[in-house]
Amino acid sequence: MDVKAIREQFPILDQEVNGNPLVYLDSSATSHKPLAVIEAIDTYYKKDNSNVHRGVHTLGTRATDKYEGARDKVKDFINASSREEVIFTRGTTTSINTVAYSYARANLGEGDEIVITPMEHHSNIIPWQQVAKATGATLKYIPLQPDGTVTLEDVKTTVTNNTKIVAMVHVSNVLGTVNPVKDVAEIAHDHGAVMLVDGAQSAPHMKIDVQDLNCDFFAFSAHKMCGPTGIGVLYGKKELLKNMEPVEFGGEMIDFVNLYDSTWKDLPWKFEGGTPIIAGAIGLGAAIDFLNQVGFDTIASHEHELASYAMEKLSLIDGLTIYGPTERSSLVTFNLDQVHPHDTATVLDSMGIAIRAGHHCAQPLMKWLEVTATARASFYLYNTNEDIDRLVDGLRKAKEYFGDVF
Amino acid sequence: MSFDNLDTLYRQVIMDHYKNPRNRGSLDKESMTIDMNNPTCGDRIQLHILVEDGIVKDAKFEGEGCSISLSSASMMTQAIKGKEVQDALKMSKLFSDMMVGKDIDEDGLELEDIQALQGVSKFPARIKCATLAWQAFEKGVSEEEVSE
Repeated sequence: MDVKAIREQFPILDQEVNGNPLVYLDSSATSHKPLAVIEAIDTYYKKDNSNVHRGVHTLGTRATDKYEGARDKVKDFINASSREEVIFTRGTTTSINTVAYSYARANLGEGDEIVITPMEHHSNIIPWQQVAKATGATLKYIPLQPDGTVTLEDVKTTVTNNTKIVAMVHVSNVLGTVNPVKDVAEIAHDHGAVMLVDGAQSAPHMKIDVQDLNCDFFAFSAHKMCGPTGIGVLYGKKELLKNMEPVEFGGEMIDFVNLYDSTWKDLPWKFEGGTPIIAGAIGLGAAIDFLNQVGFDTIASHEHELASYAMEKLSLIDGLTIYGPTERSSLVTFNLDQVHPHDTATVLDSMGIAIRAGHHCAQPLMKWLEVTATARASFYLYNTNEDIDRLVDGLRKAKEYFGDVF
Repeated sequence: MSFDNLDTLYRQVIMDHYKNPRNRGSLDKESMTIDMNNPTCGDRIQLHILVEDGIVKDAKFEGEGCSISLSSASMMTQAIKGKEVQDALKMSKLFSDMMVGKDIDEDGLELEDIQALQGVSKFPARIKCATLAWQAFEKGVSEEEVSE
C-alpha cells in the first residue's frame, strides 16, 4: 500500500503540533477525513442543498437522490439484503438506543434476559440497564478470559431459553479483541434470542457482511471510518424492523396524520423522523467509496503490520504493561509503570503525538482490568511504522521524565 | 528536544506532592465526606473535611488519579487546614482564576505551594485535573450550609 499517497488525501495530517510533525494515534476515537469526503460535503452545501423527500424542485430531487444514493452505498457496504434495512441515525449510540427503546421495551418482560459482556462500550451497556429497569428483565454478563476474550463455552452457559437479546461488541475499543459474533449469533438464535452487534470499531477496519454474520441488528458510526461526525447506521432484519414502532415522531416519518391518530411511512423512513442528516449521509457515502477504492484487504494487511510492529517495539519498553489478547485489532492499550496515563498523554502531546488516555467509555472493563485508566494508541490506514517509532521514543522520554519521581 | 514546556506543568514541588502526598487518608465519622470524579478520565477524589465554628479543622483525601489531580488535592488540604471557611473559599476562587490564566490578587492569602500549579493553565486539557479537589471542597461547604 502506498501510504504516502494515502496520507496526501488527509490534509489534517500535514501539520506541526507543539513544534513537531503530528503523529495521530487516536483513530479509534475518531478517524480523520480524506479530501473526497470533505469535498462531497462541501459540494452538497454549495450546489445541492435542499430538504429531501418533499421538494418538487430540481435541487430537492438532487439532494434526495444523493441522500438515498448514500443508503444504497451502505447497503452494499454491509451486504444488507435490502435498502429498507438501512436506517440512518446519529451514530452507534443512537442505533443501539433505537433497538433498546423500540424492540426491547416492547418485547421484554420479567423473567427475560439480556446478555452482554464486560468489555462493552458504555453505549452497549447503559441502554440495556435502562431496559432491564423498565421491563423487569435481567441483565447478564458473559465472563471474560484472563486475556480479555470470550469463549463460546461461556456464551453457551450464559445464554438460556429466557434470553431475548444478546448484544456484543464486534471489536473491543480497549482490548482490541475481535469477538466471534457469527458463532454467538448462532447460539443466540438457537435459544430464540436476537443478536445485536456493536460494529463501531469493526466497520472501519474489516469487510462487514451482515448476512454472513446473520446478526439481527448491526450498529456503526461514520466518523470512525473516514466519514463525518453526527451520522451512523442501524442495520436491522426487515421482518424485525417492520414490527417495531418508531422512536421519534414528527415530520418525514409519517404517512397520514389525523387529529388523533397517525400512520407511519414504510421502512426505512419510519425511523428517520425530522429532517435527516443529509450532508452526513452523503459524506458517509463518499467515505465508503474511498475505503472501497483502497480495499479492505489492503487496509487490513497494513493495519496488521502496524499492530505487530507496535506490539514488538512496545514490548521492549521496561515497565510497560499491554492489555488484551495477542490476536487483536489495530490498537494497543497500555500503561507505563506508575506513570498515570494522563501524564503519559501530556508528555506525548508535548512531542506532537496524539493518543487517548482515560477509561475509554468502558468503566466496567477498567474495573475488570483493575486499573482506573489506561493509555491507548490506535492505528488506521494512514499511519506508518515511523509513527510507532515516534510513539516508542515518546514513551521512553515519558519514562525518563517521570523516572526520578518514583 | 527539551522539556521546558513540560517543566512549566510538572514543577518539582508538584512531583513532591505526588510522590509524598500530604493528608492522605480519612477522618472519623464526625467529618464530612465528598466524592468527586472526573468522568472524562476516571480520576476520583474522596475529600474528608471537619468544619467547626466556621473553621476547617482538618482535611484529608483519598482517591486515584494523575499527578496533577493528586498533587493538587495534597496541596489543597494543606492550604485549607486551619483556615476560616470563607478564606478557604476565597482561595478556591483564586485558584480557579489562576487556572483560566487570570491575574490574581492574593488579597493577603498565602498560596504557597499552590502557586506551583500555575503552569497548568497553559494545558487546557489538564485544568479539570487540578480543580477536582477544590470542586469537592466547594461542594462540601455548600452542602454544609444547606444542612445548617
